[in-house]
Amino acid sequence: MDRIPILKLGDALLVTIQVDMHDRLAMALEEDLTAKIAATHARGVLIDISALEIVDSFIGRMLDNIAAVSRVLDAETVVVGMRPAVAITLVELGLSLAGVKTALNVERGMTLIEDRIHADAVDRGDLDDRPDE
Amino acid sequence: MLTRSIGEISMTVLTSNTIEIRSGDDVVRVRQEVRSRAVESGFSLVDQTKIVTAASEIARNTLDYGEGGTLLIERLEEVGRRGVRLTFEDQGPGISDIERALTDGYTSGGGLGLGLGGAKRLANEFHIQSQPGKGTRVTIIRWK
Ligand SMILES: Nc1ncnc2c1ncn2[C@@H]1O[C@H](COP(=O)(O)OP(=O)(O)O)[C@@H](O)[C@H]1O
Ligand SMILES: [Mg+2]
Repeated sequence: MDRIPILKLGDALLVTIQVDMHDRLAMALEEDLTAKIAATHARGVLIDISALEIVDSFIGRMLDNIAAVSRVLDAETVVVGMRPAVAITLVELGLSLAGVKTALNVERGMTLIEDRIHADAVDRGDLDDRPDE
Repeated sequence: MLTRSIGEISMTVLTSNTIEIRSGDDVVRVRQEVRSRAVESGFSLVDQTKIVTAASEIARNTLDYGEGGTLLIERLEEVGRRGVRLTFEDQGPGISDIERALTDGYTSGGGLGLGLGGAKRLANEFHIQSQPGKGTRVTIIRWK
């Protein structure tokens, strides 16, 4: 069975969805991601959906599920690269993706995750939060 | 029930084709076919995305709840406008309470409960007919 590759990118995991997802593939991705977050102690998950021509409630539920499970494992999910036409359609469909952060592209998504890791370190007192400059 | 809606006298059906919905792969094919027909009808990218998303929702319902069925895709022309009509039909268990099924958040199968309500919002016209024990027919039209 096909599986969607999961890459490690710094403290985060990167998933690029390139194919039209069907049920089994979505379920396999949820399982693989959960295992990989646990194994790598990743603090963030970036899901690149720039190749997706539509997001329906099936994919929406998958993204919500991944975000919920990741959160329990102390990793934050950022969905990146959503096409404008998809974003417009999602609103009308009624999908809020409330538990999911979004960013324009992988780079900005990575910044969101790094900011969070930094803020946590400050909270623990490992770092002070004065800017370097 | 399952009678065709009337009042379409001045409407021309330019092309029509039927797709069987029996598996998840068929749902993928539905999305591709609906996209192609929308492009042929001159739909903008946003309008294409809306009708393909609505089609994906209803096709999945046909498969998951209706025990599979068919989709009839028609390209329409009326005075001054073009559109795509999608008619999904199944001989599954039907829907006893259509109002409830259309309510956002209602699901009998662990979904998000947004498919029917969402498809209605994404279409310009939406009709649903269903009879418990006989089946369900959902028709949507999106005009360019
Ligand atoms: N073709 C169908 N046959 C029987 N029941 C259906 C059909 N389509 C929808 N339903 C019922 O309507 C409910 C709502 O559908 P929908 O809005 O798509 O939400 P979801 O698919 O997430 O459950 C379904 O849970 C199901 O009970
Ligand atoms: Mg549905």
